[in-house]
Amino acid sequence: MAAPVVRTSSAEVLPPPTERYTLLGWLKKNLFTDWFNTLLTFLALGFLYLIIPPLLRWAFTGAEWAVIPANFNLFMRGQYPAEQALRIWIVLWLTAIVVGFTWGVWSKEISPALVVVAAIPVLLMLVPFFAMETRLKLLGVEILGVVGYVIGRRVPRKHNQIATWLLIITLFASVFILRGFGPEQTDSLWARVPTNLWGGLLLSLLLSIFGIGFSFPIGVLLALGRQSKLPAIRTVSVLYIEFIRGVPLISLLFMGQVMLQLFLPEGFPPIDRVVRALVAIILFSAAYTAENVRGGLQSVPKGQYEAAMSLGLSTYQMMRLIILPQALRAVIPVLVGQFIGLFKDTSLVALVGLFDLLGIARVVLANPDWLGTQQEVYVFIAILYWIFSYAMSYASRRLEISLGVGQR
Amino acid sequence: MSGQAQQDDIIILQNVNKWFGEFHVLRDINLNVKRQEVVVIIGPSGSGKSTLIRCINRLEEHQSGEIIVDGIPLTHDVRNIEKIRSETGMVFQQFNLFPHLTVMENITLAPIHVRKMKKDEAEKIAMELLERVGIPEQAQKYPGQLSGGQQQRVAIARALAMRPKIMLFDEPTSALDPEMIKEVLDVMQELAESGMTMLVVTHEMGFAKEVADRIVFMDSGEIVEVGTPEHFFTNPQHERTKLFLSQIL
Ligand SMILES: Nc1ncnc2c1ncn2[C@@H]1O[C@H](COP(=O)(O)OP(=O)(O)O)[C@@H](O)[C@H]1O
Ligand SMILES: [Mg+2]
Repeated sequence: MAAPVVRTSSAEVLPPPTERYTLLGWLKKNLFTDWFNTLLTFLALGFLYLIIPPLLRWAFTGAEWAVIPANFNLFMRGQYPAEQALRIWIVLWLTAIVVGFTWGVWSKEISPALVVVAAIPVLLMLVPFFAMETRLKLLGVEILGVVGYVIGRRVPRKHNQIATWLLIITLFASVFILRGFGPEQTDSLWARVPTNLWGGLLLSLLLSIFGIGFSFPIGVLLALGRQSKLPAIRTVSVLYIEFIRGVPLISLLFMGQVMLQLFLPEGFPPIDRVVRALVAIILFSAAYTAENVRGGLQSVPKGQYEAAMSLGLSTYQMMRLIILPQALRAVIPVLVGQFIGLFKDTSLVALVGLFDLLGIARVVLANPDWLGTQQEVYVFIAILYWIFSYAMSYASRRLEISLGVGQR
Repeated sequence: MSGQAQQDDIIILQNVNKWFGEFHVLRDINLNVKRQEVVVIIGPSGSGKSTLIRCINRLEEHQSGEIIVDGIPLTHDVRNIEKIRSETGMVFQQFNLFPHLTVMENITLAPIHVRKMKKDEAEKIAMELLERVGIPEQAQKYPGQLSGGQQQRVAIARALAMRPKIMLFDEPTSALDPEMIKEVLDVMQELAESGMTMLVVTHEMGFAKEVADRIVFMDSGEIVEVGTPEHFFTNPQHERTKLFLSQIL
C-alpha cells in the first residue's frame, strides 16, 4: 500500500505569467501556426493583392470625385430648401446636446467610444470642400455635445429617465422643426417645408429612427400578444405576424402608396407620402421584432415567472420588471441586426418615388452634368450606409457588455 | 366551518383534487395548518408534494375542493390570488432569483411595486433581512456572483421582505452542494423558531425531526399518514410509510 502523501509547506501564491508579444511572435502565433494556417495567410494576401491596388488606383487617379462635393447638399438633405436649411442644423445642435447629456448620465468615465464620437464633428470640420460657415456650425455641434455631456455627468445615473424623456421629446421636436410652421414657399426661416422635399441622408435617417422607434414597442406588444392566454389576442397577433412576414417590404410600400387611400373614408385628406412609407416600414419591422422578441421570451426560464408570481406581482409588473428585461437583453444582437437591416431597407423607398439617399443618388446620376459617375456616387453612398451600420453594430456590442454585468 | 377554525387554521385544504390531463396528481387532499405551525411534507419523488404546495399560492390550479388561505378562498378572482400570493412567500429548489437585478433589487422589488413601500424603507428592511440570513455584505452583487447557499438565503430574504404570514419551501436544499445545506437549514430553523407558519417539502430528515410540529407523508397523490416527528420516527403505522422511511433513513 502506498504511503499517504501530505503536503508539509503550502505552495507559493504567484501572479499569472504575462504574455509578452513581439511582432514576430504575434505573426507566428496568429498567421503561421501550421501549414494550413500558413496557406490561408498566403491565399488571403494574394487576394488582397489582386483587389487593393486596382481599387486604390481607381480611387486616387481614375475616379471623378468632383460629383460628391458638387452635390453634397443634395446627398445630405435632398431638395430641402437652402433658405430653411438652418433648421436642420438646429436639429443637429439639439440632438448633440441631448445625446451628450444622455451619454453623461449613463457613463461617468471617459471611454474610447466617447472619444471617437466626440471626434466626429472635429474630423468633419477637416473635410476640404466645406465652407467656413459649415465648419463653424460643426464646431457648434461639438461644443453643444460637450456641454450636454458635462451637464449630464452631474446627474446621477438613477435619474436616467430624464435622458430618455429628453430623447423622445427631441425626436418629436425635430419633426416639428423640420416641418416648420406657416405657409409654404416663403423665404422666412420657419416656413413650412413639405415632406416631399425632405430627402437624402436626412430622410434615410428619419425613416430609420422613427421606423425603429415605433416598430420596437409594437413588436414587443405583438410578441406578448402571441403568448397571451386570450385566444382573440393570440389569433390576431399570429395572423398579423405571419401575414407580414409572408410579403416583401416593397409590396407593402407600394400598397401604402397606392392602396391606402382606398381604405380611408371619402373626403379624407390624402396622407403624406413619407408618412405612408414610414407606416409600411413600421408595420413590416414590427412583425420581425415580434418574432425576435418571442425568441427572447422563450429563453426566460419558467422559474422566473413563478418567482415573480409568488411575490404577488401582477402580470403587467411581472412582464415589465422581470421577463422583458431578460428577454430583450438576450436578443439585443438579433434586434440590432434587424434594425441595421431596416436602415438599409429604407433605401427601397426610392422605388416608390421618395428621394432618400439612394433616390437622390439616382437623381444626381440622371443629371447630364454628371454622366458616367455611377461608380463614385454608389461607392460614396455605400460608405455612408456602412458607417451608420457599423456604428449601430458597435454600439450594440458595447451595450451588451455594459448590460452583461453579473449575468449568469 | 366554525369561526374557531378560521381563527386557528391559516391554511385549509378540503377534498382537494387535481389532474394533469388524465393523471390524478392530487387525490382528495385534506389538510389544515395552524398559525405558527411547521409542517414538513415527505414522500417519494412524483408523489405530488410540489403540486400540493404550489396549489396553495395558485402556481397550480386545483380542480375540485376548497383551499382557504388566511380566510381568503382561492377562486378565479385575480384579486384574491394576488392577495394570497403577497401574504405567502415561496422558496424554490432552483432559487429562481432574478439574474438581471442585484441582491438588493431582488429583495426590494416586490415591497416597492406590490406593497408600494418607499425605496429607502424597503432597502432598510432588505438590509435587516440580509443580516438575518447572514450575508449583508453581498447586497450589491448579482445572483450569479454568489454560491448556491448564498443564493438560496437571498431567496428566503426576498420572500420574507413581503412580510408573509406563510412560507412555502419546495425542496430548498436539494440543488445545493452538501457543505451549503446547513447554512440554509439554519436560516429556516431560526425562522421556524421566530413563529413563522411554514410548509416545507424536504428530504432532510434531521430538519424534520428537529423543527417540524407535524410531518405529512404523501404517496401517489394521497396523504397517507400525518403525525408528530416522534410518531414517524418511532412508530409509523402505514406499510407505505414504513417502506419509504426504511429507504430514506
Ligand atoms: N405541469 C405538469 N404537467 C404534467 N404532469 C406534471 C406536471 N407537473 C408535475 N407533473 C407530474 O405530476 C406528478 C407529481 O409531481 P410533483 O408534484 O412535482 O411531485 P413531487 O414534488 O412529489 O416529486 C409527477 O408524476 C409529475 O410528472
Ligand atoms: Mg417536487
